[in-house]
Amino acid sequence: MSKHGSKVGDIFRVAGNDPLDIVFEGGSSRLDRVAEGMRGGSVRVVGNAGAQAGRAMRGGALTIEGNAGPHAGSGMRGGRLEVTGNAGDHLGAPLAGELAGMNGGVLIVRGKAGAFAADRMRRGLIAVLKGSGDNAGSRMIAGTLVVAGGTGEMPGYLMRRGSILLDRAPRSLSPSFVECGAPESVFAAIVDRHLIAEGILKRPLLGNAPQKYGGDNAVLGMGEVLFPR
Amino acid sequence: MPNVSVNGIVIDDTFAEAFGMRATAIIITAPNRKWARQAAITMTGFATSVIGCGCEAAIDVELPPSATPDGRPGCRVMIFAMGTDELQKQLLNRVGQCVLTSPGSACFAGLEGSADLKLGSALRYFGDGWQISKKIGDRHFWRVPVMDGEFLCEATTGLTKDAVGGGNFFVMAESSAKALVAAEAAVAAIGLVPGAIVPFPGGIARSGSKIGGKYKGMIASANEAYAPTLRGVVRSELGPDINAVLEIVIDGETNDAVAAAMKAGIKAVIGLGPKKGAVRISAGNYGGKLGKFIYSLKDMLP
Repeated sequence: MSKHGSKVGDIFRVAGNDPLDIVFEGGSSRLDRVAEGMRGGSVRVVGNAGAQAGRAMRGGALTIEGNAGPHAGSGMRGGRLEVTGNAGDHLGAPLAGELAGMNGGVLIVRGKAGAFAADRMRRGLIAVLKGSGDNAGSRMIAGTLVVAGGTGEMPGYLMRRGSILLDRAPRSLSPSFVECGAPESVFAAIVDRHLIAEGILKRPLLGNAPQKYGGDNAVLGMGEVLFPR
Repeated sequence: MPNVSVNGIVIDDTFAEAFGMRATAIIITAPNRKWARQAAITMTGFATSVIGCGCEAAIDVELPPSATPDGRPGCRVMIFAMGTDELQKQLLNRVGQCVLTSPGSACFAGLEGSADLKLGSALRYFGDGWQISKKIGDRHFWRVPVMDGEFLCEATTGLTKDAVGGGNFFVMAESSAKALVAAEAAVAAIGLVPGAIVPFPGGIARSGSKIGGKYKGMIASANEAYAPTLRGVVRSELGPDINAVLEIVIDGETNDAVAAAMKAGIKAVIGLGPKKGAVRISAGNYGGKLGKFIYSLKDMLP
């Protein structure tokens, strides 16, 4: 016991000397707040990460080659966070008492995400590739949430603005979402091409004339849920 | 004058004189080539000369689906003006009235320049509150609801201060028909040069002008030295074998683009030969005192 905090070497075996390129060989679901507030460089976790991985990061790249706990990428403002496995609830979302969730950057989950992914998101891109839990994109302020592999109940619940882009029709939507047609969409083409160019998806998500539902009209109602017909 | 002759065509020992301009470019896409061209042609209408049109504009190149941001057929359109403010005004008026209105269109930045010009960030107000801002990667788009879906427009495009306007050469022939054949060949060749446009009708000007005139308020007037019907009554530049002169005026993104376009055009005219096309090539200048850019014809030969 000491009044001083632990140093890295007290807990980990450390090798190498480049602080801008950190690799955790082996992870744990108790490894909380990995790369919190990071602004540059790269961090790679070979294994699982705990809660709040990459929280409030502003730049650089964090890769978790395993599962991430709740609040991964919470309030991030920039940079790129990629989880090759699953992520817990509240992906990119604010902690209790905070006004906005993710505010920039790119957050990719190759596996599943839990409930409330992209809650109160304001800017940036979240992509979940193997399905998300209930209320994905709840209370979104703006930004883009991509979910392939299906969503749980009521995606976009109480969203104000922003885009929720799905690879299939949602199982349910809040009744305050309204059907908004399916005209040809250049926006869909741009998004599809971007997702493929960035290596996030392998094939187009929306196609050239996705169905649009507008909502949530229980609040501002300027958000959208798009999916291929 | 020690003029040279190439393939039987006399090349005058003279030069074209050109000026620095401000330019921008946009990429217009549409569901098919026809409508991409239609939007581009409409927005570059009445844009032959800054003297009366406020800007000079034309299609630079047509783009295949593989070369556009949204994977649809497109056109790269270039616009040139004397100042940034006028360029900005012309860009917004023309895109707002002619591209926003064209069925299925979308509009993207076509130039990375030293500064930005407003594009979607001003046209978005057409959305009357229903417009949507989207940042995808490092690009910013506005989506404006319209009656066939959405008009997607990039927020800004680039401005270059390195553009050059007024590169030119004269195609001189025994008859109007032959001059037109030669000029058309030049325009077709210049169409393949990226970053250069020929803003006059079909790329050709038949009323090349001199600065000023005898009437008050005329900025430009007849270039009588090159008018065949005045050959005998003024100090003419035309010999007895010339009955028609057509001018190709070139604006380019850079000095190099103008030079490349002049070379391509002159090469095409020379390739055609004097029997089918022009017998002589010359160029317009103001004695070399006004323009910053000089293109000597002897440097432009193939």
